[in-house]
Parts: sequence; C-alpha cells; structure tokens
Amino acid sequence: MNKGKMKKGKTNTFTRRDFLKGFGSGTLGVAITPKLLAQKAESIQTKAGEVPVYAKKQIKFTVNSKAYTKVVEPQETLLDVLRDKLSLTGAKKTCDRGECGGCTVLLDGNPIYSCMYLAIRADGTNIKTIEGMAKEGKLHPLQQAYIDKDAYQCGFCTPGFIMASEALLKKKSNPDLGEIKKGLSGNLCRCGNYTKIYQAVDQAAKAGRS
Amino acid sequence: MEKKDSRYAMEDSNLWYETYASDQTQHSSEALSSDSDKKFKLIGKHIKRIDGKKIVTGKAPFTQDIKLKGMLIGKILRSPHAKAEVLSIKLDVAKSLSGVKAAILMIRGNIQYAGQMVAAVAAVDEKTADKALELIKVEYKPMPFVVIEEKAREEGSPQVHDKRPNVEQRRGYSRGDVEAGFGKADVVIERTYKTAVEIHQTAETHVSIAKWQGERLTIWDSTQAIHSVRDQLAEVLQIPASRIKVIKQYMGGGFGSKLGLNEQTVAASMLAKETNRPVKVMLTRKANSLCVGNRPSTFQTYKGGVKKDGTITALSLLSHTSGGIRGGDRSSEPMIDVHKCENAKVEDYNIYMNTGPSKPTRAPGLVQGTFGLEGFIEELANEIGMDPLEFRKKNYTTKNRGGTGIPYSSKGLDKAYEIGAKQIGWHKRNKVPGEGKGRIRRGIGMAAGIWWGAGSPGTLADVKLHPDGSVEAVCGTQDIGCGTRTHMAIVTAETLGLEPKDITVKLGNSDYPWAPLSGGSLTTPSVAPALRDAALKAAEHLKGMAASKLKVSASSIVCENFTFQEKGNPKNATPFKEVLGDLSHEIVFHGERKGLPEGYAYNTFGAHFAEVEVDTMTGMIKVIKVVAVHDSGRIINKLTAESQVIGGITQGLSTALFEQRIMDNETGRMVNPNLRDYKIATSMDIPEIVPLFVDSVDPRINILGTKGLGEPPRIPASAVIANSVYNAIGIHIREIPMTPDKVLQALKEKEVAR
Ligand code: FES
Ligand code: FES
Repeated sequence: MNKGKMKKGKTNTFTRRDFLKGFGSGTLGVAITPKLLAQKAESIQTKAGEVPVYAKKQIKFTVNSKAYTKVVEPQETLLDVLRDKLSLTGAKKTCDRGECGGCTVLLDGNPIYSCMYLAIRADGTNIKTIEGMAKEGKLHPLQQAYIDKDAYQCGFCTPGFIMASEALLKKKSNPDLGEIKKGLSGNLCRCGNYTKIYQAVDQAAKAGRS
Repeated sequence: MEKKDSRYAMEDSNLWYETYASDQTQHSSEALSSDSDKKFKLIGKHIKRIDGKKIVTGKAPFTQDIKLKGMLIGKILRSPHAKAEVLSIKLDVAKSLSGVKAAILMIRGNIQYAGQMVAAVAAVDEKTADKALELIKVEYKPMPFVVIEEKAREEGSPQVHDKRPNVEQRRGYSRGDVEAGFGKADVVIERTYKTAVEIHQTAETHVSIAKWQGERLTIWDSTQAIHSVRDQLAEVLQIPASRIKVIKQYMGGGFGSKLGLNEQTVAASMLAKETNRPVKVMLTRKANSLCVGNRPSTFQTYKGGVKKDGTITALSLLSHTSGGIRGGDRSSEPMIDVHKCENAKVEDYNIYMNTGPSKPTRAPGLVQGTFGLEGFIEELANEIGMDPLEFRKKNYTTKNRGGTGIPYSSKGLDKAYEIGAKQIGWHKRNKVPGEGKGRIRRGIGMAAGIWWGAGSPGTLADVKLHPDGSVEAVCGTQDIGCGTRTHMAIVTAETLGLEPKDITVKLGNSDYPWAPLSGGSLTTPSVAPALRDAALKAAEHLKGMAASKLKVSASSIVCENFTFQEKGNPKNATPFKEVLGDLSHEIVFHGERKGLPEGYAYNTFGAHFAEVEVDTMTGMIKVIKVVAVHDSGRIINKLTAESQVIGGITQGLSTALFEQRIMDNETGRMVNPNLRDYKIATSMDIPEIVPLFVDSVDPRINILGTKGLGEPPRIPASAVIANSVYNAIGIHIREIPMTPDKVLQALKEKEVAR
C-alpha cells in the first residue's frame, strides 16, 4: 500500500492502543480530567520509548482547503477528530483498528487509515476527506463514476473506497485491472461490489485522460 | 426486571425463514390482473440510484453518523466467561465517576456465552464510558462449558441448557419410502459435508440512538426491520408500540444480523430513560463478532440412490447444526425441493453449545444445504458417469417437493442452465473430474439454487399528490443497500409518466404504512406491487380530471412524458403539473400488495457456473470466472440487480474459501473476532463475474410479476466453487471453507489411495 498507510498486521510501532494500556487501575474511582490524562501521558513517555508522546495539544491543520486550529487529546485519532470535532462524518468507523479502510482519508496526498493515526500527529498536515471531493456542487469524476456504475450497495465503505481510488489515480492515471485491484486492496467492501468498483475507477481514469 | 423480556425469548429458535415460507399458505383466491405483457419505459432498465449523490459525497446519514444535542455515549460490559453464574455486580464505583450518568444491569440468570451482555453505562463521552466499564465489579463463578460442536455431541459433555439435551431433534421431513427407493437404485452412495460458523461482519457495526420525549420514544437504528424493532422493543419496555417511532435512513449492511431488536437498542432505550438524555450505543467490531448473530455450522450426511439412466430413486439427509445457544439452520430445503425424486427423508438435530446465538444470515440454511446437496449431486452423477448438467436436466421438475407437490407458478431454471452453460463454455470442462495434468489444474462446475421470495401480502404504500405538482411515494420499508428508494421512484414514475428523480421517496420510518422487514428477499416483491397499486389508483383519478380538459373519456387517456394525453393522439395533451394544479389540497392513494393465488408454489431460482484454478503445490484455489443466471421474475432495476448478484457471489466465494469463526476450547472464547483474523474475500480475490437474468415475468405472483433477489445469488455461490474444484482435481472437498490445508490433505489422500 502507499506510503503513510499502515499495513495490516504490523503493530510494532507505537499505537494509541499501547498508549491507552498505559492507564492502569491507578485511576480507579478518580475522575478522569484532561489534566490527569496529560500527567499520565507524561509518565509513560519514557516507557513507550522511541515515539514521542504528547499531552493534550493544540494542532493546526488544513482539511478540505480549510484551516483549523483544534485542541486534541493524546488518545484521539484523526478519525475521531474529523467525525466528532469537525462533524465530517464521511469517513467511517468500521473496524477502528486498521483492518478495513472505511476511514481512509488523504494526508498530504497519501491515503491513510485515519483510525490508526493519532490526531496530534496531524499537526501541520493537509487533509482531504470525501467531503472535499466535489467542487462547487460539481461531483468529482470518481464520484460520478461510482454513481454511474452503481459501485456500492449499502454505501458505507464508499467514502473510503473513493479516497483510496483518488490516491491510486493520482499515482497512476492509467491503471490496468490488476493495478486497480492492488490499489484498492486496503479497503474492504462487505456487500462485495468490487466488480463495479473496478469499473468505476476505470471510467474515472478514462474521464481524467480525456 | 420481571418484565416479559424478548431479550431472552429471542434465544428460542431460529425459525425466522420458516415463518415466511409458511406465509405462502396464506393464499387468497383473488384473481390478479397482471401487468405481464406491459412494455415499460423505466421498469427493467438500468436506472442509477436516486440517492447516489448522497452516498458518494459522504452525506448519507448512517446511524453511526447521527449526533443529537446532549447525547450521551452508552457502552456495554460483556462476560469474559463462556458459562458462569453471576454472583454479584457492583455498579456504584462506576456510577460515581465524574461524567458517568447511568450504570444499569442488563443480565438475568446465568452467563451462557463469552461476550454476553452484563451491564451498560452512559457517560458524557466515549473514554469516560470505557473507564466506567472497567470500574464495574462483577463476581463470576465460572462453570463448565462447551464451544466445539464435536465435543458438545459427546456423551457427558457440559450441558448448555438446563431443560434441553445438547443434541436435540427438530422437525424432520418424509415422503414416499426411501428404503424402497434405495432398493430400486443401481448405485447408492453416502457422503458427509460440513460448513463452518460464519459471522455477518457488517460494515457498520450495530448502533442505536434512543431519545425519550415524555412518554414517547424515538429510535434511530441501524436495522433491517423498523417495524419489528418497534414491536419487540414495545414488548421489552412494556409500553404501547404506538409510542415508539423507529427511524433508519442509511445502514451499513445487515445480511440478517439486523433483522429485529438487538441488545444495543434495549440498552440505549433503558439508559436514555434513566438519564433523561439521548443515548447512543454503538458496538465495537469485537462485540459485533460475538453477539449479533452468526450463520450456524452444519454437518450433513446425504444418502442417495440412482439408476444408471440418471433417475434419482431416493435421497435422505441426516443433519446436525449448531447456532450456539440458539437453534441452528435447516439445510434440507434444497434436497426436499430442487431435483425430481419421489422418496425423500430428513432427520434434523440441533447441537447447543456456549457460543453466541445464531441469526439468519443471507439465505439461512440454503447456503449450507446447497453446498451439501449440489456437491452430492455432482458425486452421484460422477458415480454413473453422467455429465452433471445432463443429470440435473434429467431430474428437472416443474412441481415442488421434488415433483410430488404443486406446480411452481413460474420456474426458469431450465433457461438458466442453458444460458449459463453457454456463457461459461461448459464443453471445456474435464469430462472426468481431475483428468487435467500439471501443477495448476483448471475445472468448471455448476450448482443450482432455490429460494422463496414472493413478498408479503398486506404490504402497504401510499402515493401522495400535491397541488404544486410534486409527488411522494411513501412506504414503511427500508433500503438496506438494494436500491429500494430507487425502485419506489421507478415504479411510481413509470405509472405516472414521470422520471424517477421527480418522485420524493419516503421510507425508513415506522410511522409510515406497514411493510415487512428487509430480509428473505421480501422487499421488492412486497413494496413494488403495493406502490404500483397506489400509483395506478392515482393515475386513474388524475385521468378522470384530465378527461374533462381533453374532452375525451378517461379510459382513452395515457400518462406519458409528464403529460396526460389522448391515446394515439399525443397532441391532445395536458401537462401533469397542470392537472395536479386543479387539486384543492393534497390527496393520498393507498396501495396494497395483494394475496397470492392458491394452488401454486412461488419460488425463485438460479444457476451458477464457475471456472477455477487449483494450485496442487500450495493448495490455493483461484476463482477465475463466475456466471450467474437468475430467475427472479421481472427485474425492476437491472443496474441494482446486477450489484445484488455480484455481492452475493463475492460473499459466497468468501464463504467457500475463507470464512470461519474459530473457538478456543480452553477459554471458550472466539479467537478471531476482528477483520484481520476473520478472513473475508478482498479486492485481490475477485474473479470475473457475469450477472445474467432469465427474462421471465411470473404470471400471478403480483401485479408486476416480480420476485425477490436478495438471497438467490448467495445460494449456489459457495457450492459452485466446490464443484468446480472437484472438476479440477477430481476430489470433492466436502468442507467449507476450502482452505489450502484441506486441499493439500485431500490431494495427499488421493495420492495414497492410488
Ligand atoms: S475503520 Fe479504520 S481501517 Fe477500519
Ligand atoms: S457497499 Fe456495503 S460495504 Fe461496500
């Protein structure tokens, strides 16, 4: 998969789950306050080792060409921030652990699983979500192609697939079927309409070249 | 909690599909006026979804996406034990955590499986709710459990239900005299086929939001069944159904796991009541793997007798099935119905074990039964050296119950055989299974399928006309991804001479006219005829109004191209909008899906053909191509119907090659409750898929001649791959998923046997 997108099964890097595990039973019965979270974050910083851990932090980032400044908590994922703080609910929480691609967004042009990306790391980045694909009410050729080919059923995986398709076409404007399959292999469609998804990507690629 | 509680009643049995199968006995003698000879402009064409834009822009509101003012987050605590007595539960520490608004008990009696709901909390945000769960102290007394089918069947294994044996006989079936039938056969063989437990793994996990306003409760639910959720919830909460409204606009997949009330809806309702605030409960992927249902495993032993000329003289099936703490699936339907056979007998047993309760899973029982039966049919054909397609044709029947029952109202399976065989290049198959040479072996196989899919008589729908010229199509059905919104628009627009986009479609709200749950291939053959009925009445009324304008009789008026015009004289026309403009107020026409004429069996049929490659070195199976040909009567929208078929094939392939829940005998837990270890087909596994339809119109099933299509493409989709593998390597892998280890083992055994 493309750079920036975490591979399935590779979890030897520091994840938010390891981070959360840092909270033992020491806080039993005590209200969790942001301050406590921050202290706790400090205290496990050395344990986690290689990766820097931050306390609650203000980040600046661009989403769909709009600049945002947000205070995020260390355990918050980019997906949570997009959905809960920015009300951009196009990216979906499907597995919440990097297994399905339902939460795919573009970060500096690369597709990432936003459920596996801590929001604090997004500081200074440029993010594009499904909500940023249509311009002034005009659908992106990929969006139009998904409609034309009926490249969905329930539509839950569709935002993730469209973002992965966009990343693929940015890298390869003329992909063959094998390349399309591979380019989308980080995304699952449980309704199983892959056949039509390939057709949609192919249509959009052709539209992009014409 | 001494209330009558359907959370517990739900554990009884999984006989959902039998209920509507027997619905078909509610026949009416009313003769139907069929549209079978009509030529349509929209119906049956490729029409894009009217809500496509919402989906591709990320604006379609899935329940997961909905956030209400003041909404709390609810979470559920689950048992780590497969069986245990709950000695005590302490909620007070959790309750005292700042931000926690409620903590309630959700269990009565003993724990029966790992993952069972114990308690629930509501808090201001997710992390506080998670923390609260950790603070609930539960004292369990673990008890002996059993989570493996073979072990549950052993004498003296821990008993799952107090009042039931682990192996319990269920209703069987018998016709003719099987022993006499076997006596007449030239060849009699017996084979056993197994299928694993499968998990629905819907894209959107189960999620509900509950909001009380005084005595009234509104539920936003990721569900396939708004009316069932309302009625069952009313029973659990002991409040009148009239006070509950259930809303579902968009849902990320159900496949049967969202066919009725689920635990998260009950938890959300109770927490919302307690806190007097809206509460959302969304299950995790792990919980979704454990607690919202599964497709039961099966162990099917077939015995069949056949004459040298291909006549099947008798078939019998001994079936064991496990749906965990609930009943399993009936896999006998294909054997009872599909092929001609006078003598048949079924003996069926449930196996209980301490795993999550089963739920219908797209074509419950039929996926498993078709894998078994159609595999067995290939083996029978091979025994007498007959081409399996010829063998099926030889045993073709136009009456149900293997030719001994009543006639099918329509059956296009013979045409499906013909079209499919031609498309796949049937002549290219190995004449003797496994005759090919080399490391990579190719094979071609087929499988037939049957399902019900007549729809529910009594389904209601409205067409509403407004003086400003706008039109509504309203039905309390749900679009679960099959394109029901668009179907409703197509039927209404077709009847009124409009375009689908001109119709405002309203569905997914239990306050709307009744429609059945969206499962069992019920939706289209229920909703489309009901709307057609309403729209025809609307058209009739409007024609009467137009008649005086056009100075012709109403009977000589047609609605076409946004106008009412004189038949054969399109110049004498008046615009649709103008006629509606004469209405003094809105007007509603009620439509109904009428009964089914007596004396016929109403079924859908399909035949799949596939080509596969088996790598004899690695045991890997690669599916190259699948051709599916379906008889589902008149297809309302070819575009969405194709998606339906493609999805069914993809899922069937996934079942055939990958999917299995793995239980740990030591801990009683599922070891693969996620999307990484529970393998499903991905982008890299998809073959070329050719979805085709037998263009037939059922003459009496309903006024559109349409049948269901949800289940049918799923049914032969796993069997066809197993049969193709058989043709490739000459060994029938009688167990799905056909993982490489099983293929290699089978190849080794064949080598040894040589
Ligand atoms: S939700 Fe992020 S990968 Fe599944
Ligand atoms: S369309 Fe339902 S998961 Fe892809």
